[in-house]
Amino acid sequence: MLSHKKLTVSHAPFWHDGSSISARSYHTMLATLPAVLFGLFSYGFLAFGVVSLSISFAMIWELAINKVTKRSISIGDGNAALIGLIFAMLLPATSPWWLVITGTFVAVVIGKHIFGGIGANPFNPVLIGLAMLMVSWTDFFDFDQALLNYDLGFVMVYPLAALKHLGPAGIDAFSTTDLLMGQQTGGIGATFSLGLIAGGIYLMIRGFIRWEISLSFLAGVFVTALLFNLKNPAMYADPLFHLFTGYTLIGAFFLAPEDSSSPVNFIPMLIYGAGGGIMTVLIRNAGAYIDGVVFAILLMNIINPLIDKIRPKALGKVV
Amino acid sequence: MIKRSFIGFTKPLIAYDALESAPPEPKQIQTPKKITLFIDTPYNYKDSLLLNIGDNVKTGQRLSYSEDNDAYVIASATGTISSITSILGDYGKSYTAVTIDTNETEEMDDHFTALRKDPTFDTAKNYLDSMPGKPSFNRFIDSENSIDTIIICGMDADLYIKTNQYILKAELEAIANGIRILKDITQVDHVIIAVPESLMQDAILLGTEVRTVNTEYPAALPHLMVKSFTGQAVPVGKDFGDIGICFFTAEAVASIGKTFANGSIPVTKTFTFIDKNEIKTLVSAKIGTTVSEILDAFDITLDEKDRIIFGGPMTGSAIYSADYPILPDTDAIIVQARDKLDYISDYPCINCGDCVRSCPANIPVNMLVRLLEAGQYEEASDQYDLYSCIECGLCSYVCVSKIPVFHYIKLAKYELDLTRTAEATNA
Repeated sequence: MLSHKKLTVSHAPFWHDGSSISARSYHTMLATLPAVLFGLFSYGFLAFGVVSLSISFAMIWELAINKVTKRSISIGDGNAALIGLIFAMLLPATSPWWLVITGTFVAVVIGKHIFGGIGANPFNPVLIGLAMLMVSWTDFFDFDQALLNYDLGFVMVYPLAALKHLGPAGIDAFSTTDLLMGQQTGGIGATFSLGLIAGGIYLMIRGFIRWEISLSFLAGVFVTALLFNLKNPAMYADPLFHLFTGYTLIGAFFLAPEDSSSPVNFIPMLIYGAGGGIMTVLIRNAGAYIDGVVFAILLMNIINPLIDKIRPKALGKVV
Repeated sequence: MIKRSFIGFTKPLIAYDALESAPPEPKQIQTPKKITLFIDTPYNYKDSLLLNIGDNVKTGQRLSYSEDNDAYVIASATGTISSITSILGDYGKSYTAVTIDTNETEEMDDHFTALRKDPTFDTAKNYLDSMPGKPSFNRFIDSENSIDTIIICGMDADLYIKTNQYILKAELEAIANGIRILKDITQVDHVIIAVPESLMQDAILLGTEVRTVNTEYPAALPHLMVKSFTGQAVPVGKDFGDIGICFFTAEAVASIGKTFANGSIPVTKTFTFIDKNEIKTLVSAKIGTTVSEILDAFDITLDEKDRIIFGGPMTGSAIYSADYPILPDTDAIIVQARDKLDYISDYPCINCGDCVRSCPANIPVNMLVRLLEAGQYEEASDQYDLYSCIECGLCSYVCVSKIPVFHYIKLAKYELDLTRTAEATNA
């Protein structure tokens, strides 16, 4: 029993399906492209600056925390860049540089690495960063004020703000087609509904996000908005308006299904998604904030560990 | 290697290989100059062995370990014993390896001829344990509950392997004979044969209950077959014997049939050989032939850091030397080139849920692996269903972070076994 060739010995299985975290991140970035490119074309160089700065600084913060905590360099997995990209998609094109740098710091360092890095964050890092900025510097997130100097050839009023202040009467100018085609103001990558839907469908089919969460989130928004609308059409906007404005679509496809902060079992995914959708409309229609997506998803992040305990019985389990 | 499909929102759908309607004859490997047989007991040089270096053995001769240890192996060739050593297998299991320098002329041992007339359970247990297919007669003795159902696997549990499908097609008569003898000696009337849909027509001829198995992995794993045939899963902590079920491979049953029909114990093992380019060939070689002989027959050069696997790609085990011999239960040998190996990583779980989606046992793998990584095995078994695992390997296969989940699970079970044994002995 002597052999001189050393063989590789390892445990089964001896196959891998070839998936990887970096592929996951890059495909998600690819899916954001239609919406992001539309935003860049609409808002020009300012938007380009915000997106570039956001991605770069998300990666720089990741690198810095790798160095400080003496861990292996993890920017190669694309997760930091993805955080930066999605974060930029939510910002107005006129965000000042320090806002972007602070936001990415909160997202990457406080939102992700303080909890132990990728896979360990209880909240969506992007939303942690954004919520912190929204609470601290409310004015910069007033889209009407932020985009005051732009005239893109359509009604330059933030639809959700118009709804909040004027009621359904204020949103007559927005047709569903306009909203779908991105004829609305908002975050750099959050206005082009059709592009976001295309990206979302791609991610769902490829299995990079969990379709259960996205679809139940949209269903939650639609049904809740519909109920409000049926109760009092004069006060509450119709459900399609809620679906295609603000952060709804980006929330459904890019924020709510974030891996670490969302459940993985079937029923919990439905509860999580639907809960996020319901909360979104409740905040929009009954709450103080103009858009509810950020806080609705953060809230669902909190209850995620609890609801993810609802799971099917394991094979052969006796009790 | 089967990669992730473009459409990824379902669990992975990986189909078993179906046998061709007219499968080619297995490639015959000549009896090599040396064969190595494993006796299923640890070797201790202080034991008074019944085997000695220099002993002449005949093909089919029963080689017992010692007077007070009834472990044995059947010699698969004629020749002289040239060495007896200790060999370490998986999970610290130890065997006695007997190497025989083979003679060119083959002499058959005729000891069994007298026993073939009257098949009894004891004869089977004392002579047939190391036959191709490795029938498990000990199950009938070890188990506290009596066995009332025998399931014959007409297909292999793992992917790419066509061994038992081939046996079912090629040796139908021997299987029919084997089933009759098996029913006779074990007094078990309920015999089920499990086959893929494509072999249904052949299996029906056997005149026993036929059940079809889904052709998607892991439907042919024993636990899932039991669930699909009886509607009930094996309760956690029990084994098949506890619920009265015993498994035989089609090859084992065919071997039983052939033994009693011919009066000589079969020593040739059929297996699926999968080369570096994933070309599958059925091979027939003497038990004890070393892997390097097989590689030579296929003109394959082995490089440093290549991987040789006994068994399938999902559940097999890697061997550490090309001098390892073909064992009675080696249904497949896979050779993987080093540049095609996938390596594991130390990345943490990102909670993507692919493992939970693919787990056939509904285990919350995402939570389980967090505890296993931290070495909290007791908690893992109490809270997250460690012992429900049926060891299909899909969780590691789909893991985005390339965590060796299956390895962690086996390690946890092994460690828990050690502690429990230690607790039992010290109690």
